[in-house]
Amino acid sequence: MTPPARSAHAPQPAPALALHGLAVGHGKRALASNIDLEVLPGELVALIGPNGSGKTTILRTAVGQLKPLAGRVELLGRDLAGTPGAERARVLAALFTGRPHTELLTCQDVVEAGRYPFTGRLGALGRGDRAVVRSVMEAAGIWHLRDRDFAHMSDGQRQRALIARALCQEPRVLLLDEPTSYLDIGAQLEMLQLLRDQAQSRGIAVLASLHDLTLALRAADRVACVANGTLAAEGAPDEILTPRSVSALYGVDATSFSPLFGTVEMHRPEGAPRVFVIAGEHSSAPTYRTLARHGIPFAAGVLPERDADAELARSLASALITERPFEPVRNETTARARATLLSCAAVICAKERLGAENACGSDLLVTARKAGTPVYVSAEDYLKDAPAGTHDT
Amino acid sequence: MMGRSRSGSDRRQPISRRTRAALVYALLACALAALFAASVCVGSAATSPADVIATLAQGPGAGDLGQIIWQIRLPRAIMTVLLGGALSLAGFLLQTFFANPIADPFVLGVSSGARLAVALVMIAVLGANQALSPAASVGAALAGSLATMCVVLAMARRVRSQGMLIVAGVMVGYVCQAATNFLVAFADDQSIVNLHNWSQGSFSGTAWPEVAAAAVTVAAVSAAVFALSKPLGAYQLGENYARSVGVNVMALRMLIIVASTLLAACVAAFAGPISFVGIAAPHLAKLAVGSSRPIVVTPACLLTGAVFCCGCDLVARTLFAPVELSVSAVTAVFGAPVVIALMLKKRGLR
Repeated sequence: MTPPARSAHAPQPAPALALHGLAVGHGKRALASNIDLEVLPGELVALIGPNGSGKTTILRTAVGQLKPLAGRVELLGRDLAGTPGAERARVLAALFTGRPHTELLTCQDVVEAGRYPFTGRLGALGRGDRAVVRSVMEAAGIWHLRDRDFAHMSDGQRQRALIARALCQEPRVLLLDEPTSYLDIGAQLEMLQLLRDQAQSRGIAVLASLHDLTLALRAADRVACVANGTLAAEGAPDEILTPRSVSALYGVDATSFSPLFGTVEMHRPEGAPRVFVIAGEHSSAPTYRTLARHGIPFAAGVLPERDADAELARSLASALITERPFEPVRNETTARARATLLSCAAVICAKERLGAENACGSDLLVTARKAGTPVYVSAEDYLKDAPAGTHDT
Repeated sequence: MMGRSRSGSDRRQPISRRTRAALVYALLACALAALFAASVCVGSAATSPADVIATLAQGPGAGDLGQIIWQIRLPRAIMTVLLGGALSLAGFLLQTFFANPIADPFVLGVSSGARLAVALVMIAVLGANQALSPAASVGAALAGSLATMCVVLAMARRVRSQGMLIVAGVMVGYVCQAATNFLVAFADDQSIVNLHNWSQGSFSGTAWPEVAAAAVTVAAVSAAVFALSKPLGAYQLGENYARSVGVNVMALRMLIIVASTLLAACVAAFAGPISFVGIAAPHLAKLAVGSSRPIVVTPACLLTGAVFCCGCDLVARTLFAPVELSVSAVTAVFGAPVVIALMLKKRGLR
């Protein structure tokens, strides 16, 4: 059962799960091939990629539900194909997206099912089994729900119970298909935190497919990216999740992914800017998002580079005027902003919240007044004034 | 019963659940004993319990009363208990197999298939003036059940939807019934009477060799099902999950099908098609023990089915005595409300 050491002085532990030149697919045609991936004990590797790229198929092959079309899966240094099911179940646990439809089974009944590979002929749990069940359920935060009917629990609670069931198997390798689907944002983060803690404290190698890049960027030790029928890239999240790679992967605009936030924004509205949003004391993010949602191209300025608003505007604004951080706004920058503003039909500026030292902002406001450009205090105000038809021309 | 166990369930769940199951078993066993005693005592020949006990103590074959008790009532009562348990367990297995709450041998057309096979043997092969031997009818029912089960399985493989499966089963049932009617149209009167008596579903006219055969089959299959509790429990949580914890799902499915078909064929051969027990009894059993874990449900299922059938047979025999109703008519009266309640509850949850 112990993984064979590859070399006596290897600084890195032997991988718990290794995919070697794997080709996967239903039937004869390979959906993805030439997949080489190693997952070390205690490590959480996220499998990302667009829908239909073969993430689930890879996981199904790794768990032995599908036969590899080529290559092999190694579990603790042993070929998966030659491992009997009962033995495999003692080291490998998997959780796929389907939810079991139970009848009159308590949450604890469902979790206890995870002890299957360790119990005797009739499946009665021993003292040790009960201790494992309890500790896992406490870690997953569902011990207080143990007598609840599984069918009547919320999606989040059910998902925790299923994760607990998988952990109950005391696996060395844990495969998860979209473990955060059905969960709200808070529960998603908690779930990944739980997985990370468990992986580290128990030395479990976790391979999880995640469709949410935000989560992959935050929670994974490494990211493996499945695209175009193979493992397109693999490495630390920050290396892999760049605007360029996200754009190539999911076919979104190269600027819509922000590595800083790890999120993808709506499409940037097409065309020349129609509104100029003057930056003030408060964040203009809601204004930017409202305008983008309504498909109104806008310009934003003047913002310090690498400011959060500037990052967002980079994804959403048609024109962006920035100044170097912690520097006063130079005259030529103000001039550029003024020129952009004059090309716009309207200005949005929260006048009272412009900020005392915002000379550039006041300057822009004065420019707008002189030119007779209407000034609105918010995006909502602007939208109210401009009837639906006019801002869509 | 429910309220009592809930009050203690907050802190000491496993113990209280075990007590609850034990309590349910005890109550069902008492009910069964009472109904069984009533079945032996009550009948067209008036007998007092004291007479019955005396006759039983004397051993078989003494006088008219001895004949009635030993050759008619006792085998019939035992058969009712055995086949009730068998029907209920078959229903539970099929419900688990198809993950469908209203699957049972009758709904899936297995009983109709058995009837068709028996009709075929009775009319086409034997012809007039030849009575069907018990062995032949058992063989025919078993063959018919297995053949129908294979057809339903082949369709279940194609159709993934649970609703469609039931429709497919009902359709198979209709086709078998149509074929049987076709045969009946060309049969002579005596065969029709024989077939009609058989296909109404009745425990009457049970002889000891039949009881022995049924007892061996039901006991063996029940023991096997109980031994399969652990993989069955994993299977309830999904086929893929069962596979991932090391269950040989193909072998398990084969065993479930063989076991449930054997039980269903046993019932069809000895008592004819009996409806509703296979659906109603397992659900009542699950509700009573408050769990669907096979290890707890299997014994409860056998007991509930036995109690249900024993009670229904008693009603069928005594309600309009000396006219005897068909058991199916009585089981339907008690079983249909359970099925309707289940459907309504199912819809309420969605």
